[in-house]
Amino acid sequence: MATVELTRHLLRFFPGLEGKALIVEARTVAEVIAEMEKLAPGFAFYVCDERGRLRQHVNIFVGDQRVADRRGLTDRIEPDSCVFILQALSGG
Amino acid sequence: MSGRILVGTRKGTFLVERSNRRWTSKLAGHSGVGVNFVARDPNDGTLWAALGHGHWGAKLSRSTDDGVTWNDAPQIRYPEGAQYLAPPEPTEDQNAEPRAVTSRDATLLKLWVIAFGQPGRIYVGTIPGGLFVSDDSGESFDLNRPLWNHESRGGDLFSGEGTGETHWFGTPAAEGEFAPGIHSVVVDPSDRDHFYVAVSSAGVLETTDGGKTWRGRNEGMTNDYLPDPNAEWGHDPHLVELCAAQPNHLWQQNHCGVFKSSDSARTWKKVSKPDVGIHFGFPIAVDPEDGDTAWVVPGKSDAERITVDGTLFVARSEDGGETWTPLRNGLPQDNAYDVVYRHALSVSGDHVAFGSTTGNLYVSENRGDSWHCVANNLPPIYSVRFG
Repeated sequence: MATVELTRHLLRFFPGLEGKALIVEARTVAEVIAEMEKLAPGFAFYVCDERGRLRQHVNIFVGDQRVADRRGLTDRIEPDSCVFILQALSGG
Repeated sequence: MSGRILVGTRKGTFLVERSNRRWTSKLAGHSGVGVNFVARDPNDGTLWAALGHGHWGAKLSRSTDDGVTWNDAPQIRYPEGAQYLAPPEPTEDQNAEPRAVTSRDATLLKLWVIAFGQPGRIYVGTIPGGLFVSDDSGESFDLNRPLWNHESRGGDLFSGEGTGETHWFGTPAAEGEFAPGIHSVVVDPSDRDHFYVAVSSAGVLETTDGGKTWRGRNEGMTNDYLPDPNAEWGHDPHLVELCAAQPNHLWQQNHCGVFKSSDSARTWKKVSKPDVGIHFGFPIAVDPEDGDTAWVVPGKSDAERITVDGTLFVARSEDGGETWTPLRNGLPQDNAYDVVYRHALSVSGDHVAFGSTTGNLYVSENRGDSWHCVANNLPPIYSVRFG
């Protein structure tokens, strides 16, 4: 089980997720995205491209660690993990 | 509908409507989101928008209630195995063998243009270099594989290594990548199997069998940035349009001038007049009734890409490009640095409209003889279409 926290930017496009506790069964970040897609169809293509790679200007943190595998999203999820999905700010 | 203008901007979709002899604009959707193109499907009235989210990728959006509400449409994705040839990324491997091109996995970088054919048929031109076609009113889109696998770009990379050579180059519009883009899908209203695409930077291609086979249509095109100015490929059309009533007449605003064809793109002839500043630019609009009439918004040279001497003007030809009339009445003629992008000029009946990077929207109700600025402070304008 992992708790998912989203940037407000994404809630704008998926208002059905607003105010919901997002707790998903997942062992990897890729599985988190797959579960989110079930909750909000279209979600995965906002976060990843059509090859399943994390978009260049999107960040995912597991706890306070930024994911290492942006291509396969194989980073492990622990039962009490909190997963943050955010836009990757590059300043400006 | 020439009483409404759909405007795509860097920060949203605007509707500009005429009532009581005035044009009024309102933000109609996609607040804060880049909108590359907005158009109305004349078959069912659906409004379609091509979005470029900064973080979240390119998305198709549509409205079935005339712009009151918008929703994500079924999205366009490159199929598994879609690859294209492009210059290799610089490598840190000192021992790597130099290569002219490498194959890259295709992922959607940009939705650039939307066009409509027979009822149910929607075309979307994308970067990298894809033509996606829907025959179910946009419920699903398929990549046109004969064009994707065309010999001019290296053949079929789905099933093999292809020829290893591409004549398609890139466009700076490719969201930071070096990749070609399809910005024009030109539909012959008299023949559903006949349409063209124009590619930056490759040229024009034509199909007469509904997209099963494609051939280059660049005879007579010249360029001034390749070793061979008459090369078959590598041309840089900025926009191509045809005359709906006389579809053998096509016009092309190209990086290297304005070109006209009167024989269904079999041959092109340069018709621009550099000596009077009518040469470089991005958009072109063709009179839907008269194939010899077209409008352009000239800019100053590809090296500078600004207005000519700080003056904004439209040029109209009514004789197939033999002569041009500069149209300045009502347009700023001092310290005006409006640049007009390729999709930001449109004509409908006697109405002509264009929008600029400085957020100005200009409308003429007399074919360009005089102009009114109907909105001054819009975001940078990417597309202008009546509908």
